[in-house]
Amino acid sequence: MSNTIWVLVEVENGQPARSSLEVLGKAAQLGRAEAIVLGSHASEVASTLGEYGASKVYVHADAVYDTYLTLPAVDTISDLLQQLQPALFLLATTYDLRDIAARLNARHNMGLITDATDLQFDGDTLQATVPWGGENVVTATFPKQGTGIVLTRPKAFGVERQEGNTAEIETLSPSLNTESQKIKIIDHVVVQSEGPALEDASVIVSGGRGLGKAENFHLVEELATALGGAAGATRAIVDAGWLPYSYQIGQTGKTVKPTLYIACGISGAIQHLAGMKGSKYIVAINRDEHAPIFSVADFGVVGDTLTILPQLTEEVKRRKAQ
Amino acid sequence: MKMYVCIKQIPDPNTVVSKLDPNTKRLVRSGVSLVLDPGDESTISAAIKIRETIGDSEVTVVSMGPVNAQEAMRRALAMGADRAILVTDPALEGSDALGTARVLAAVLKKEAVDLVFCSTESTDGYTGMVPGGIAEFLGLPQLTFAREITIEGQKAVIKRVTTTGYQTVESPLPAVVTIASGSFEAIYPTMKGIMGAKKKPFTQLSLADLGIEASQVGEAGARERVLALGTVEARAAGQVIKDEGNSAQAIADFLQRYQLL
Repeated sequence: MSNTIWVLVEVENGQPARSSLEVLGKAAQLGRAEAIVLGSHASEVASTLGEYGASKVYVHADAVYDTYLTLPAVDTISDLLQQLQPALFLLATTYDLRDIAARLNARHNMGLITDATDLQFDGDTLQATVPWGGENVVTATFPKQGTGIVLTRPKAFGVERQEGNTAEIETLSPSLNTESQKIKIIDHVVVQSEGPALEDASVIVSGGRGLGKAENFHLVEELATALGGAAGATRAIVDAGWLPYSYQIGQTGKTVKPTLYIACGISGAIQHLAGMKGSKYIVAINRDEHAPIFSVADFGVVGDTLTILPQLTEEVKRRKAQ
Repeated sequence: MKMYVCIKQIPDPNTVVSKLDPNTKRLVRSGVSLVLDPGDESTISAAIKIRETIGDSEVTVVSMGPVNAQEAMRRALAMGADRAILVTDPALEGSDALGTARVLAAVLKKEAVDLVFCSTESTDGYTGMVPGGIAEFLGLPQLTFAREITIEGQKAVIKRVTTTGYQTVESPLPAVVTIASGSFEAIYPTMKGIMGAKKKPFTQLSLADLGIEASQVGEAGARERVLALGTVEARAAGQVIKDEGNSAQAIADFLQRYQLL
């Protein structure tokens, strides 16, 4: 018997979110993948999910999910979970899905694994791979009975598409509880930033505490600009108020996989490594030769970041001009 | 307004490389420097700022942890929190996020809560699953990833971080609010604050005080099991050089060798 695995698919601008499709593809490799889509665009999105691995899609096309965060989705999924009890419920790690997962976990005493980078079944025992720090990797599982929730790390899996595949669609008609319509979205504000978005940039230059003070961050930005890339930051300097949260690379911030990642004055805390370790080439500049960042770097320089950065920017400009 | 901030004492993220104990498969917390989670310093500061704005309010910090977590709570009091409640019990060791949420929610159920603050996630475990669990156990709405918060009568309005900017989100009170890291500048305790903290009310509770069965928390209550602990497949060791004045050229050479320039 193959395991049934549910995936909650998020909708972004009327399309299935890429992060959800990554998870759906993984679910289809593990067993029978079934998707849940909620919100005003749910029907259009549902019809495409067969191509991404779903055998079945549960749909509730209602704008309530777009206006009210978390609770209406938790109610609808909760009812479905109790009826059907899949083996596993997979979600991408996003702001909205984390909130939903936390409440479902508490409502049904489910068990929850976060930050998984790989999943497999050994017989009917789930084996979830969760990296821990620079050194360890944990293999975790749930007790056999009941549905377990797993949140997977962004970009852990690729998107698989089989054109022409279709999924069975089941339209849900849950009774909506007005008591759950409490967390209301008033508006969305998109903040434009210059240069490529961090998630899309093929080159990222990132800064940490080793820069000494906020005023030195321009050295990182200048190198990023010279390389046609984006500037990023560690949680430590975002916490210190040097930069807005949108710059943060790491487990909660953004997960990035650029071709080239240059870490400047970054020691390499777990939280940060989690967000950038998938980069193809990693260059690190740090004063401390024992900094964990050097264990993941393809090329490392032990030295003063503030001295080397401007020299490197000039050298890059010079060679690019040749 | 009665405000509660859930806080945690953790291994100092700035000096400790966190490790898992191969026997217990838990985070090593002994023999390392422990501090109030830096994310929580920001969250406590958010609550104190609201208290100063609206007046006639109280900020209580709540934590679950070993007895020595008192030290982190004293720091919170020194920053300006009014009182502290620590749940400590040997049976709590090995609790997962759900067990932790169950215990903190049990404390809050005994209080007349208007606002519960948590950091979006802790800086050691990073699961981010405790605040939503607390909200569910209390039956309260949750406002998450807040980088700003205002109280307007009987509702809270936040700016909620998104991947492209923010959403304005509101909910009626009482509510659970999570604060995104770095959104509020941490208050630095003054000498007066540190002295005053010693006189502030400090309550210590056990599981029995909360009426929670030991089987629901700790390792016994955890729904997740670690099957194995391994070492990460290391990336092929790279080249590390010491700067002797020509590092910029050396890095540029590396970039050119791999056609990155």
